[in-house]
Amino acid sequence: MTKDIPITREDIEEIVTILDQTPYDQVDVRIGRFTLKVARTGKGWSQELELDDVAGVAPALEPATVSTEPKPAADDSTLSIRPPLPGTFYRAPQPGAPPFVEVGDRVGPDTVVAIIETMKLMTSVSAGCCGIVEAIVIPNATLVDTEAVLMRVRPDAA
Amino acid sequence: MIRRLFIANRGEIALRIIRTAQRLGMTTILGVSEADRLSLPAQIADENALLGPAPSAASYLSIGREIAAAAAARADAIHPGYGFLSENAGFARAVAAAGIIFVGPDVSSLDAMGDKLKARQIADEVGLPVVPGGEAEDKAAARDQAAITGYPLLLKAVAGGGGRGMKRVDSAAELDRQIDLAMAEAQAAFGDPRIYLERYIGRGRHVEVQVLGDGKCAIHLGTRDCSIQRRYQKLIEEAPAFGIPEQPLRALTDAAVRLTQHLRYRGAGTVEFLVDAETFDFYFLEMNARIQVEHPVTEAITGIDLIEQQLLVADGQPLGLTQARVDFEGHAIELRINAEDWERDFRPSPGRVKRASWPAGPGIRVDSHIGKGGEVPPFYDSLIGKLIVAGKTRAEAVARLADALDGIEIEGIQTTAGLHRHIVADPRFIRGEVDTRFLEGLSIGSVQGSAHG
Repeated sequence: MTKDIPITREDIEEIVTILDQTPYDQVDVRIGRFTLKVARTGKGWSQELELDDVAGVAPALEPATVSTEPKPAADDSTLSIRPPLPGTFYRAPQPGAPPFVEVGDRVGPDTVVAIIETMKLMTSVSAGCCGIVEAIVIPNATLVDTEAVLMRVRPDAA
Repeated sequence: MIRRLFIANRGEIALRIIRTAQRLGMTTILGVSEADRLSLPAQIADENALLGPAPSAASYLSIGREIAAAAAARADAIHPGYGFLSENAGFARAVAAAGIIFVGPDVSSLDAMGDKLKARQIADEVGLPVVPGGEAEDKAAARDQAAITGYPLLLKAVAGGGGRGMKRVDSAAELDRQIDLAMAEAQAAFGDPRIYLERYIGRGRHVEVQVLGDGKCAIHLGTRDCSIQRRYQKLIEEAPAFGIPEQPLRALTDAAVRLTQHLRYRGAGTVEFLVDAETFDFYFLEMNARIQVEHPVTEAITGIDLIEQQLLVADGQPLGLTQARVDFEGHAIELRINAEDWERDFRPSPGRVKRASWPAGPGIRVDSHIGKGGEVPPFYDSLIGKLIVAGKTRAEAVARLADALDGIEIEGIQTTAGLHRHIVADPRFIRGEVDTRFLEGLSIGSVQGSAHG
């Protein structure tokens, strides 16, 4: 790995102090693969760091997101449970614990059916509808986005 | 002598550790998950070692993988940062068993302070007041304990710290559900689902003492106020803790040093207290046996590099500081900038950062691993950077803060910078009237409504 000269915060402070005594508004410092832009703002100075390798080149993170909803059967009248935010879908409150719900269980609007872990925070997922759990669509511990259908619920006959 | 330092962490703290280690002439090796291969810390570290897939359990929380990577890289020492395995006694033992120095306290201290129930007991023995409460092994035991402690109460992770797994419960009806969530968060964050409960104290200030020890001597590097929190996650930290009379403040730092001395503590640690905002009575909460997120405010008022102190003590050197030689000057404030949509109930906002402009200049420090094109993965916590300002007085620091905040422009993800602009403009903040319920009084509807959950 090529070694870059690290830019310290003391360096940046020094650059600002020097620039402040000049009429210049911006300086771009290029060190190895890094570009540091120090610029005058309305009330002070700003710093922006850019890395050659990363900006625009690095592939976006590709999680095993399940976002395409499996085609429902023609006569499908089931309701979908989707996560309130993207994250990892867990069927049980902790590893080894029994799942919140199984296929065949009756759920109500406030029944907790899953938890979603995003950035270390747990958010519980409520069924949001009444009926019987007909299918658990997504495997436990899968990264999902908000379009993903976690479970299908057969609503109570009207 | 530590020549090759392995960093078992990620994000801004990994970068922070690398900076000091490189300045001290060490070769730095960063263990990275697949999600962090292109991160700024990975680029700045002298060497990288791939730990495994993105989820923490298979990378940053895997004792086996961290140690295998450090051993393969012929590291002399491992710095665990904060969070992840930093206070895991099993990890510290495994590091020692691999013949590597653990940059942190002895296993005995981790055992004593890592188990928050044991910590309460030891603090009690040393004469520190503790908040009433006790263990909750399962839901039935929790109900029994709750009946004694009373509502509202707080559920906390036994292996915890940093507010993770912490839940406020207002009535018996909520208890079971909150226990599930607290145990799940505790498991996810610390690999240990055990929880305990404690009486909830409404109007308190969170005040902590930075301590340093070498196994023989213990000193303190002053206090910090971390009262402004949301769901027990600190948002703003200041040093020193302001507006507390000298006598209770001295009692607080004395108590912290007494505990540190009692533990024959080695390295940097923080003793946390809940302080009554009116009477200044204080209760021991916990001791964090690691470097903390908010350590820069202490560095700003003491001029001491805490990471350097950790590395020196880990290297077996006696403290080069005495209490008399620690000078305090000025006031410092840190804001945590998180990748969260604070206007939508603080939803996590992972993604690619298109542009990251941070303020710069005298009295301003930015600790961040996010530059242009940086990735904020959904797998880890949401901290993307810290803005630290210092001034001769609190008033000067507050004034500088408002201007510096205007210099933060992050595009591509949502951040909490906007929330901080409201806090910093709040007259209570400017006057220094803070307590742990500060956010509830902030005059923004969406924040008020979500102060508890």
